[in-house]
Amino acid sequence: MIRSPTESIELRPDAQDWRIARHAAAAIVLTVAEAAIPLPLPGVKPGMGNIVVLIVLARWGWREAVWVALLRVLAASLLLGQFMAPGFFLSLAGALASLAALGLASRLPPRWFGPVSHSLCAAFAHIGAQLLVARVWLVPHDGLFMLLPVFALAALVFGVVNGLVAAHFIGAVGAASSRPSES
Amino acid sequence: MKAAASPGHWWALLRAGDLLLIVAGVVLCVELALHFWQGGAARTVAIRAAGKLVAELELSSAQRFEVSGPLGVTVIETDGGRARVVSDPGPRQYCVRQGWLSQAGAVAICAPNEVSIQLRGQGGTYDSLAY
Repeated sequence: MIRSPTESIELRPDAQDWRIARHAAAAIVLTVAEAAIPLPLPGVKPGMGNIVVLIVLARWGWREAVWVALLRVLAASLLLGQFMAPGFFLSLAGALASLAALGLASRLPPRWFGPVSHSLCAAFAHIGAQLLVARVWLVPHDGLFMLLPVFALAALVFGVVNGLVAAHFIGAVGAASSRPSES
Repeated sequence: MKAAASPGHWWALLRAGDLLLIVAGVVLCVELALHFWQGGAARTVAIRAAGKLVAELELSSAQRFEVSGPLGVTVIETDGGRARVVSDPGPRQYCVRQGWLSQAGAVAICAPNEVSIQLRGQGGTYDSLAY
């Protein structure tokens, strides 16, 4: 892809950079593809890009997950023409909150709490932060909270589904290495 | 990817704490729906005649209240957290036929006699929201 006239290159991407770029690209593709799905309510969407973030979290740790998630928000908003629009800040707030939630959730004992738990925590943090930003900034009216149960239900459903899909891939890729008993 | 969709496979991906969190999520959803979607219990009924508030009654006890309008007397009754229009001189009796009202925000309007009742809970509630 990149021509490498080695002597003139100063920034050399290492293996981690490549990995982050690859995962971010996958997450961006999923986010952009998802934008084509018509949805009943703005803000209720599956968040399939987060599957990639969950996989990265499980396999490569929280720091890489942060990179992937933030690159995804930035690049997807550029591609969708949303950069610096309200939707971008809602996405960013959701991403930051869910990354914080992931940071905490990934410290739960892995014997009991797997990707589905991580996904659920992230999904609820995501809608919580988004609604808060929307309430404070975009729709300064408590009527907005009438939508909270709808968003919570979406977070529950998509959180579980995304978590299961992520767990599936994590299991498929790293079956030999890292999982203890499951039953 | 090959071991795709048998249900057992997906169940195996769930750990004990995951199930716990899913249950917690369901409970949270139900709680949120109950909290934000119920108008809340009504506490008082505001009675208006010709657009002016003439009385606000507690719903806790049984009371009768009579308001006179251009057509005659409208009788309103409260009883144990609910209120209704007992009788009204209007021709079509819509407000009487609404029967007992118990949700905060509920309204019965006897338009011909220019009388209305509205239930109120704690704080302002809305019978509709518009953006």
